Amino acid sequence: MNQVSTDHPLPERPLTPEEITRRRFLEKLCIGLSGLCAAILGIPLVGFVVAPIFRRTTGKWISVGKITDFEVGKTVSVTVTDPSSLPWAGITANSALWLRRVNDAEFIAFSVNCTHLGCPVRWLQDADLFMCPCHGGVYYNDGTVAAGPPPKPLIRYDVRTANGQVEIKTMAIPITTTL
Amino acid sequence: MKRLIIGSWRWLDDRLGISALIGPSLKHLVPHDARWWYVFGSATLLAFIVQVVTGVALAFSYASSSSQAYETLEFITNQAPFGRFLRGMHYFGASAMVLMIGAHMAQTFLFGSYKFPREMNWTTGVLLLAFTLAMGFTGQLLRWDSTATWSVVVAAEQAGRVPLIGNFLAQFILGGTTIGGATLSRFFAIHVFIMPALIFVFIGIHLMLVLRHGIAEPPVAGQEVDPATYRVEYEKRMRKTGHPFWPEGAWRDFVVGTGLIVVIALLAYFVGPPKLDAPPDPSNLIADPKPDWYLLWYFALFALMPPEIEGYVMILGPVIIGILLLAAPMLNNRGERAPSRRPWSIAVVLLSVIMIGSLWIAGNNSPWSPNFDAKPLPEKVVGSTSGPVFEGAKLFHAKGCLNCHLIEQYGGRRGPDLTYIGDTLAESDIVIRIVNGGVNMPAFGNTLKPEELAQITAFLQSRKRSLPPEHRANETASTATNE
Repeated sequence: MNQVSTDHPLPERPLTPEEITRRRFLEKLCIGLSGLCAAILGIPLVGFVVAPIFRRTTGKWISVGKITDFEVGKTVSVTVTDPSSLPWAGITANSALWLRRVNDAEFIAFSVNCTHLGCPVRWLQDADLFMCPCHGGVYYNDGTVAAGPPPKPLIRYDVRTANGQVEIKTMAIPITTTL
Repeated sequence: MKRLIIGSWRWLDDRLGISALIGPSLKHLVPHDARWWYVFGSATLLAFIVQVVTGVALAFSYASSSSQAYETLEFITNQAPFGRFLRGMHYFGASAMVLMIGAHMAQTFLFGSYKFPREMNWTTGVLLLAFTLAMGFTGQLLRWDSTATWSVVVAAEQAGRVPLIGNFLAQFILGGTTIGGATLSRFFAIHVFIMPALIFVFIGIHLMLVLRHGIAEPPVAGQEVDPATYRVEYEKRMRKTGHPFWPEGAWRDFVVGTGLIVVIALLAYFVGPPKLDAPPDPSNLIADPKPDWYLLWYFALFALMPPEIEGYVMILGPVIIGILLLAAPMLNNRGERAPSRRPWSIAVVLLSVIMIGSLWIAGNNSPWSPNFDAKPLPEKVVGSTSGPVFEGAKLFHAKGCLNCHLIEQYGGRRGPDLTYIGDTLAESDIVIRIVNGGVNMPAFGNTLKPEELAQITAFLQSRKRSLPPEHRANETASTATNE
């Protein structure tokens, strides 16, 4: 089989100034057009992908049950559904919180996320403690840190009572930041 | 017929230029003594090919929707023909890829193959390691069960510790401010498009560099790398003693590669893919999220390090490790390659293996996690069916003490083993510890009634090495009477 060279060397004669200028112009044109194409594709791409960073959701008050559903001194888990969830979220739109009825009028709602790394803390009724399965964080019944690595108390939701209902204000998953 | 096939091939080869394109690559000279130590790179590549093939197959049935992914995985695992096997191949293929890339890296480091002129071979390899681990983590999340959803939260929390931009990064990972419809599809896009594309590109660059600089020979003590002369000497040695990659150099890669695929297939068939946890319902709080084995050591690190430095280690640790790995060849790219003349390189590899292995074992056992499944202590351990010791044992379970403390192999390992605590602590010491708490122990002073405190103390006092269980209650009772 004959091997055919695919190399096409440049002519050996020196280039004219016009040719050099034209060549430089075409190089810049191609690079500029490439940049334009990248921008046309890239700007919407980046904007689309990072949009969630800039999406601000405001908390909404939602009912988690009747006041009479909750016993004084007890802490129970309550399931809420994100009112602003996307239609295809399914059960991932659910979240939980720990609701404690302190007395007849006062409720405390804790985020279930351990302030160490976000794992779901569990409530041990008889022990009166929250415990985290991941790295062993422990919290007292008021959410303050009792033991382990959590840097902060459990985050609290805003709670109110209205029309015989206990309402909490939805919020983002609390993220523990350093600065 | 044979002539027709040969003629067709020649026509195609002429028009497509296949031989002209890959022929020189296949025939490039490799060191004649590059034998079994040199198979890990090709094994990594083969594991990646397994991942691509099985991943494409799984994508035929997987729906990257937050509400449906779990059901499609159940279908793939339990109903689709070969589905369980393919999932198993994909899981063990990922494990093989991580193991092989680790072995390849260790061999390259020990042999000093990262030195001149192969610095960028090493650097692209480090990036490929990072992409591989990212593939592993995002792949675990695509399982989209309870563990996966909580793992996303853990990842967001870790990203949140990055100064200034932590919150933004966390939201980027979550696809918003909470787990939801946008979360899974992000990881699907990263796992299926972005990371594989990066891996393809960098494998291409890595292989191109292997062809450009040649395969490093096994190191010889005293044969130092001098950038001024290395290339000429290497070319001379290759022309003299090298042999073509195909087939003299490649057959071992094929043997090991075949063995690797057989092992992956056997594990996939007999062990199967990791079981799916509960559905991805973030309101289900009975979850214990842990990463797959190749990142378990990192997870364990956060339980063992002092909380005061944790924030720094979480951010600076990976950055420093990454910079050190990337910069390794720039710091030392000449001189001896032989590990016998670079004993510190053996120490670095051994220490890395020991550190990761130890943390992996610790992460697997997770002694820092409370034992939520702790059952009440049996009678044979308590040694009593009534009285303060018996009541104390019941309280010891009810108040959560048993979640963290061990009594004769029952309970948790978060706190000290209290099997023989009666031998070491006096009654007053026990009371002080329970009331005030201690390092990593909550204070129970506000939650225990005086009689409960006395009963738990009585139970703990009865935990003595010298006393068989049946005598513990009597001994403790008589001690209480005498006092």
